[in-house]
Amino acid sequence: MIDEVAALRRQFPLLAQAAGAPHCLDNAATSQIHEVALDAVVRHERSARGNVMRASHSLAQSATLAYQRARGQVAQFLNAASVHEIVFTSGATAALNLVAQAYATLCKPGDQIVISVAEHHSNLIPWQQLRDRMGIELRFVPLGADTRLDLSALQACVGRRCRLVALTHASNVTGAVTDVARVVERARAVGAHVLLDGAQRAQHGPVDVRALGVDFYAFSGHKCYGPGGVGVLWARGELLEALPPVFTGGGMVERVTLEGAAYAAPPQRFEAGTPPVAQAVGLGEALAWMGQQDWLRIERRLAGLTARLLEGLRAVPGLHLAGPTDTHQRVPVVSFWLDGMHSHDVCQVLDGLGLTLRGGHHCAQPLMQALGIEGVSRASLALYNGQDDVDALLAGVGEAVRVLA
Amino acid sequence: MNAALYDEAIKALARAAHGAGTLAAPDAVVRLDNPYCGDRIDLALNISAARIAALAHQTKGCLLCCAAASLIGLHAPGAPIAQVEQAIAALDALLAGADFSPGAWGELEVFRAVSGYPARHGCVSLPMQALRKAIDVARSRQAAQISI
Repeated sequence: MIDEVAALRRQFPLLAQAAGAPHCLDNAATSQIHEVALDAVVRHERSARGNVMRASHSLAQSATLAYQRARGQVAQFLNAASVHEIVFTSGATAALNLVAQAYATLCKPGDQIVISVAEHHSNLIPWQQLRDRMGIELRFVPLGADTRLDLSALQACVGRRCRLVALTHASNVTGAVTDVARVVERARAVGAHVLLDGAQRAQHGPVDVRALGVDFYAFSGHKCYGPGGVGVLWARGELLEALPPVFTGGGMVERVTLEGAAYAAPPQRFEAGTPPVAQAVGLGEALAWMGQQDWLRIERRLAGLTARLLEGLRAVPGLHLAGPTDTHQRVPVVSFWLDGMHSHDVCQVLDGLGLTLRGGHHCAQPLMQALGIEGVSRASLALYNGQDDVDALLAGVGEAVRVLA
Repeated sequence: MNAALYDEAIKALARAAHGAGTLAAPDAVVRLDNPYCGDRIDLALNISAARIAALAHQTKGCLLCCAAASLIGLHAPGAPIAQVEQAIAALDALLAGADFSPGAWGELEVFRAVSGYPARHGCVSLPMQALRKAIDVARSRQAAQISI
């Protein structure tokens, strides 16, 4: 097991340092970049830097081919039906905003959008804006007593005028994975579409969007061992065809006159301007590498580490867990707070011990309000984390308590 | 270790919570939030004859924010506004890593280590920003009353 973790760490430049690599436990915010992704970005910028789908010179051709290859790699990662269903964005936030803005043209006053109280702000504020602009009704799936989404509320929340159910695939705070099948079943019963914010789930292995039965899926590259500045919106082909463009400009049109424009087919329709080409190339390689991993084995190992972490944290006096207390249907994200101690102070002390954790509200303030707390310290594990990281964290929490008391 | 950020002087200052509370009839009440870590301060004051006549605050935040608010609660009541403004400028200089004179607010020294942690500057400066804004609001209010 130690060899397995060591072998993985050697593939991540920051972790492969001979000494001084921190215990990286803030992977829900940003994971470390894999060497294949970093190399691909550098190689692309050194040898194939050109704009895509525009010029006919050789550099532009090379860039276009690389970009198209990346789109194919993303499609494979998601088991999408077609590369035309993959839209590159600047991140998950941009992907979610894209859908919300496109829905502005589809919704009528009184239509409903259903989200949850556990959403990241990026899957909340775009819908609040749509509500305020279009007069739609925004409904919220509440939390259950176990801090998971209370999907028994779907029956009441998802009404006849519901157009879209947009939920987190996995919470960035509690780690709880949403029971997507129940969501899809209820949404389909009223003819609504389903969007999943996959920012926290995609890091933990390939996603089968067709098996999930959803309509939209958004995720970021920088959490999937790829570069920053790139993300993905996947949508079922016929839905993308029906959506209007949100951003307009170069690269997304078939013909333009002074009177108007005819838009290109998806995905180009949604990629106005020069896309993040090198970043997409790097993401494609990261996802291809992920596709070669044994995720059942990794999942079992991370579940074991999560269980060890939960058990250790539960033994700390005055410590409270913000999320499920077991490893069933969760990603390896564990949040906690300590009586009388601010999460930023806790994380600051941990940082001094070489442990990178994030504290605060995690861009999920309504979730904090639902939990009745101001903020939490969050440990989020990735596939290169090992028992040494967990044990260092447990020792560090003890030290934080000693320093801050 | 980031021990310097959490030495006994800072912890004692935060625990003391000087000035915690509310005022019955303040000249100004200011609420400021630090979106980075969720710190929040409600600061109220009265000014009279170019002095802070009374001051109270309610602070929910990290240890550094609470310590900075407590420092204000310790020194600002009764202090000339010119001295308060000097202290605010001194903290700005401290955080920027520049030379500074704490003047009568000697405890500003306890925050010297924070200058090396830019992400935490906002935690310490939030109460000072609230103080600065509250003074401005109170002055504006007084000026408006005089002009009437």
